[in-house]
Amino acid sequence: MATTAVRSTGSPKGMPLHLKLRRVERRQKLKAFILVLPLLLFILIGFVLPIGRMLFNAIHDHTLLTLMPRTMTALSEWEGRDLPDEAIYAALIADLKDSWAQKTATAIGKRMNYELPGSLSQVVLSARKASLLTSGPYKEAMIEISPLWGRQDVWNLMKRGTSAYTDYYLLRSIDYQYGPDSQIVASPPENAIFRGVFLRTLSISISVTAVTLLLGFPVAYLLATLPSRSSNLLMIMVVLPFWTSLLVRTIAWVVLLQQHGVVNETLIALHVISQPAELVYNRVGTIVAMTHIQLPFTLLPIYSVMKTISPTYVRAARSLGAGPFYAFWKVYFPQTLPGIAAGCLLTFILCLGYYITPALVGGAADQMVSSFVAYYTNEELNWGMASALGAILLTATLLLYYSFNKLVGVDRLKMG
Amino acid sequence: MAASVYATPMERAWYYFHRLLCGAVLLFLIAPIFVVLPLSFNSVPFFTYPLSAFSLRWYQEFFLTDRWQGALHNSIFVAVSVTLLSTVLGTLAALGLSRPNFPWRTAVMTILISPLVVPVVITAVGVYFFYADAGLLNSFTGLILAHTTLATPFVVITVTAALTGFDHSLTRAAAGLGAPPVTAFFKVTLPLILPGMISGSLFAFLTSFDEVVVALFVASTNQRTLPKVMFSGIREEISPTIIAAATVLTLFSIIMLTTIELLRRRSERLRGIRNT
Repeated sequence: MATTAVRSTGSPKGMPLHLKLRRVERRQKLKAFILVLPLLLFILIGFVLPIGRMLFNAIHDHTLLTLMPRTMTALSEWEGRDLPDEAIYAALIADLKDSWAQKTATAIGKRMNYELPGSLSQVVLSARKASLLTSGPYKEAMIEISPLWGRQDVWNLMKRGTSAYTDYYLLRSIDYQYGPDSQIVASPPENAIFRGVFLRTLSISISVTAVTLLLGFPVAYLLATLPSRSSNLLMIMVVLPFWTSLLVRTIAWVVLLQQHGVVNETLIALHVISQPAELVYNRVGTIVAMTHIQLPFTLLPIYSVMKTISPTYVRAARSLGAGPFYAFWKVYFPQTLPGIAAGCLLTFILCLGYYITPALVGGAADQMVSSFVAYYTNEELNWGMASALGAILLTATLLLYYSFNKLVGVDRLKMG
Repeated sequence: MAASVYATPMERAWYYFHRLLCGAVLLFLIAPIFVVLPLSFNSVPFFTYPLSAFSLRWYQEFFLTDRWQGALHNSIFVAVSVTLLSTVLGTLAALGLSRPNFPWRTAVMTILISPLVVPVVITAVGVYFFYADAGLLNSFTGLILAHTTLATPFVVITVTAALTGFDHSLTRAAAGLGAPPVTAFFKVTLPLILPGMISGSLFAFLTSFDEVVVALFVASTNQRTLPKVMFSGIREEISPTIIAAATVLTLFSIIMLTTIELLRRRSERLRGIRNT
């Protein structure tokens, strides 16, 4: 004992051994970390940051604040009860003149148009006419130019613009909006589409999950109980579509199900139907194609759990007098539950984010949340709305994924 | 395994019903591929059987027109760049992650494979906004970087798997015999993890080669890839050339994934892991 103590304190540089050891370990940890660092930085900058920024866009909007700085400063004093006074109108005119000169009036108008449809043209008109105004009184002049500026709700909207943060987009995503006095009210029916979109996404995902479970469970059972030679052969039939590109499979379904496609022509030739059935560009097409794509995702986790279940339990139950169905239901089925939960959750999570398949085989009235995210990004250029819908979809996905991870563990995700 | 001789008629009926159902489901799974892809050999542009005559005209169009060849070249260029980039980044990260006592492994791993979890539209939109500011929109650089984020998780996962059960005393022995770390890596570690690396890079290649959503958002017509052309083609009208392209794509991924599977088996055999 004594010699060890002497040795450990008497190392060459007079440093105790445990400190030296700790130092070496720290250096090794650092080396390991440096290896990971390039990818970590790459993912953080190229993936986490963009998505974080997109989430931020859902609650951050400084259009009015940056484009109408004078009005916004003046409005921060305004109480919001009556129409603003002359000074604020003067600020408004100064801002509108600037916006006309810098061609930003459309951006202001577009932002106001989100909440008050029809204001885009009025704002652009006001900016054009305001640029010709030279002297006051500004209040009457502005209301003369456009009745927009004599409306209480317009000024309340402007007042909300004094903050760079807004919950307008998130409220819109769940079909609420601001009323004339900045109170939160339900959206009018023509705008209230998003709860429907979320419900549709949920119901399509649930249906697809249920169908994949109903179809996948018997096949998983067959594969798990067959001798391995024949089950391997059948397994190829499950894995082969799993390996084919999603786009290719979607295209295949369009070709099969379209009006003069293989399915319709076959059914007509067999005299099952006389007219081609509407199988594609509607809910039927979406569910069929999505089920086809998701079936292996549900089936494989169930299969891998079933592989571990020993057949002796069911045999024991049978020999104790249980009927075949009773033994299956009471003894075998409960043991497959972890696999069912994992497979269904995985399919459900993946279904929520479907974009390509509904876009190609679904009807126009059958689009899921992802399509609206894409629509607001590419067509409407309303990035706030796209971000808010995306934020809700992402939150739901991550929460479900978190529970999936608790249930199964991410490392057990298999890739074909 | 046939139905047991002791089975009641009810059980026997159930047994055959089960077999029938399974057959139908398996048919449902493979039918789209085996029914649709042969239609690309039809001599007339109709999608019904029987084929009127065997013809390779759609493949001729696919392999000989600029529109498809340009897209194929773009796809291959992007996918090869993505593969190189993601294999290097992913392998380095996997090597670091599988060192003993790596700090915050779970958290880091979660971040690194998060691109697999997030719905691809969200990734596409986030990257689109980001590129709009960074000036990377409609450029090959942007498309390659975006595809690399989607592809690296596969490399990280496969190489990490290849490194489980990796005997670290081998590199220590190499170091003890005087090999500098770089030599030890190339002479000892690399040959052992090579199968994992190759299958990871094949996955990365396929991820980029098949990817359409991000390409739709961040790439312009100058960077149009094969899936992008197929997507826009199917929105207008499906031509048999699209099916020919799909057939080529499918054969391609089947060959690649068979290679991956063979490599995985070989790697398991090399590392002495018994197939359970």
